[in-house]
Amino acid sequence: METTIKTEMEVATRRNKVHPKKMALWVALVSLAMMFTALTSAYIVRRSAGNWLEFSIPTIFYWNTLVIVASSLTLHAALGAFKREAEGAYKTLISASFGLGIAFVVMQYAGWQQLAAEGVPLTINPSGDFVYAISGLHALHVIGGIAALAVALVMAFIRKLRRTPARQLRLELTVTYWHFIGALWIYLILFLSLQR
Amino acid sequence: MATATLTAPATRDEGLIQELGYDDHFHEHHHGDKYQSNFISHYIFSMDHKMIAKQFLITGMIWAIIGGLMSLVFRMQLGFPEESIAWLKPVLGKWIAVSSDGVGSLTQDFYYALVTMHGTILVFFVLTAGLSGTFSNLLIPLMIGARDMASPLLNMLSYWFFFISGMIMFSSLFLSTGPFAGGWVAYPPLSALPQAMDGSGAGMTLWTISLVMFVVSVLLGGINYITTVLNLRTKGMSMWRLPLPIWAFFVTAILGLLSFPVLVSAFFLMMLDRGIGTSFYLSEIFIGGQALDHVGGSPILYQHLFWFLGHPEVYIIILPAMGIVSEVLSVHARKPIFGYKAMVFSILAIGFLSFIVWAHHMFMSGVNPFISNFFVVFTLIIAVPSAVKVFNWIATLYGGNIRFNPASLFGIGFVSMFISGGLTGIWLGNSTLDIQLHDTYFVVAHFHIVMGVAAFFGMYAGVYHWFPKMYGRFMNETLGKFHFWGTLIGAYCVFWPMHYIGMAGVPRRYYSFDAFDAFSHFAELNKFITIAAIITFGFQLLFVLNFFYSIWKGRKLTTPNPYNANTLEWTTPIETGHGNWPGKLPTVQRWAYDYGKDGREFISQVEPVSEDESPAH
Repeated sequence: METTIKTEMEVATRRNKVHPKKMALWVALVSLAMMFTALTSAYIVRRSAGNWLEFSIPTIFYWNTLVIVASSLTLHAALGAFKREAEGAYKTLISASFGLGIAFVVMQYAGWQQLAAEGVPLTINPSGDFVYAISGLHALHVIGGIAALAVALVMAFIRKLRRTPARQLRLELTVTYWHFIGALWIYLILFLSLQR
Repeated sequence: MATATLTAPATRDEGLIQELGYDDHFHEHHHGDKYQSNFISHYIFSMDHKMIAKQFLITGMIWAIIGGLMSLVFRMQLGFPEESIAWLKPVLGKWIAVSSDGVGSLTQDFYYALVTMHGTILVFFVLTAGLSGTFSNLLIPLMIGARDMASPLLNMLSYWFFFISGMIMFSSLFLSTGPFAGGWVAYPPLSALPQAMDGSGAGMTLWTISLVMFVVSVLLGGINYITTVLNLRTKGMSMWRLPLPIWAFFVTAILGLLSFPVLVSAFFLMMLDRGIGTSFYLSEIFIGGQALDHVGGSPILYQHLFWFLGHPEVYIIILPAMGIVSEVLSVHARKPIFGYKAMVFSILAIGFLSFIVWAHHMFMSGVNPFISNFFVVFTLIIAVPSAVKVFNWIATLYGGNIRFNPASLFGIGFVSMFISGGLTGIWLGNSTLDIQLHDTYFVVAHFHIVMGVAAFFGMYAGVYHWFPKMYGRFMNETLGKFHFWGTLIGAYCVFWPMHYIGMAGVPRRYYSFDAFDAFSHFAELNKFITIAAIITFGFQLLFVLNFFYSIWKGRKLTTPNPYNANTLEWTTPIETGHGNWPGKLPTVQRWAYDYGKDGREFISQVEPVSEDESPAH
């Protein structure tokens, strides 16, 4: 079954530049982007209606932006190492990306605690609730990405690094998704800090 | 199958594919067998797009029967409030209240639950999954010359998420507090407060989970349809050579992909309101004299998010029907579709406009009237591409050598329904007229005709037309014609009178009109509607009977191309195995609508353009 599908895919790829699975991921990312567009639009609509608590975004969120950008960079470097078949570098970089991914989620949690400590716990006012809801839904998507990274990490340590098209495709899909959630966070943090 | 190239071609098309086809070395691999090796992988967890299409269709039919029966139960209550329906007690149990003099009637709570479930089931499970799920799956790979979908696995998951979604919704019917009863749009506060009414507790929770599963199904399906259309078209199948159904499915999938995630966002905020006490949608509310903690939310916010999905959703329902009808009418009128590019551009225009008209569902919700003007203008502009399509269908039929079979009759019926329902849309699109007409039976009549009945007609046209491709047999034509006339006349009898009731201001969703003097003289008309609805439903059973009888006992297909049609699905063998074409993939030489060209009745898409042929369309 697996071989048939793959053959069809490869046949298709020969005539089309974008691999069908990559195309499918891009299409899916558009739909994820719509989900967050909806939330940020709802934020604007709700904010203009008044009764809106003003507060500043927890500083941890800004520092955390650096974390997710760093993880994107290490993961991109990991893809480079994979293509060069540099096994040691690949293992190091993929572990670093995985660690930074976990750190991001942990720090988001710390960010929520900071927000609550600053006097904006959940259910006080929609303006705070939106921050929790938007960053929470984003964190769920990061956790999804971490799951994909975990698979890559385990594979990196139990299998010898060989650059096969199937493995490269899998890694490229993971990298694309990871960059997406990084870019999404940058959009969200800019949105949340500018729409005050 | 490796020997297929050695045997003499059985048909002209097969010969052309052998000679000019695209060799993807499909037959060198062991395929097929693994897909269809045993009962479970063939019929249940199938990854073959044709089997998944059948799964969607039959599941959709079961849901249509359930949803249809629900409407009959509440129609009986509306049409015959004095008659006893105590005989339904064995099925509905405590939802039938029997008064002291032995008259059984539907409880008010359950009336609302039935209306809600009827809407949810028909809109999502039948007309979204059953229509676009069935035909996108069946036709996209067959018509573009692909072996299967881009990802057969995601395709299988798409069906099973739909199945799980259905099971969850079905189980909510058996809750002691009943299923969700706040209307299919699930406006807060009824949906956002678990204590608002009986169905708002567990019923609403299951409703939400079910619909989230459904969205996952739609997205998995949609990602596949888009990727397949963009990436897996066979050689020569440029976008401008795509048959119109494929264009329609493609745009439908894009609409779904952009709008359904917004619904999930809306549900996400609603879950937070219900679960952890946030106030996105809930403003200051008293329940049972008790003030709730919620402050400062806006129920209108939910309406915006919901209708941002909700409006594209009606085009998600109607576009596939439009695509199917375009193909069916062209094939059976033996004429090229009139204005192919205009058809494509109007699909694209409708798709685009569908995203900027959502607030016309909210004219009376307290939306700023100046903002309403904007939405009125764009709503009325949708009439333009819609009218282009109607004109083109009629022009396609005009002067055609029409074969009147159930498929083409339902195609023509679709055009009729779409005109009747579309015209009332122009009325409702005006925010001033909407002051009188909103939330009346006029709206019920409008959307049932334009997207309910019309979409059903499109679906029937498709089922009758492609049934031979699905099962290798024909459906019974006489029964099909009875079905058509019964449905056409029946549907008009049900929904036409509702326009008058609506213009008189009778509100929709009311359990009873006894208490209103102004409406009581519509009692006889309500009886008429109910009787018409029961008879029309009976005609649908004729279809179900015909469908299942024909699967096993229908007249057998003897040639691969029974309608002398041009598109690629008719170049596959009668028994289409996994991979669709046994040897090479067909290459496409021309557009899909060369009917009656140069004195030839039809020219298949696989036939090269000859030198002395007159110029292309």
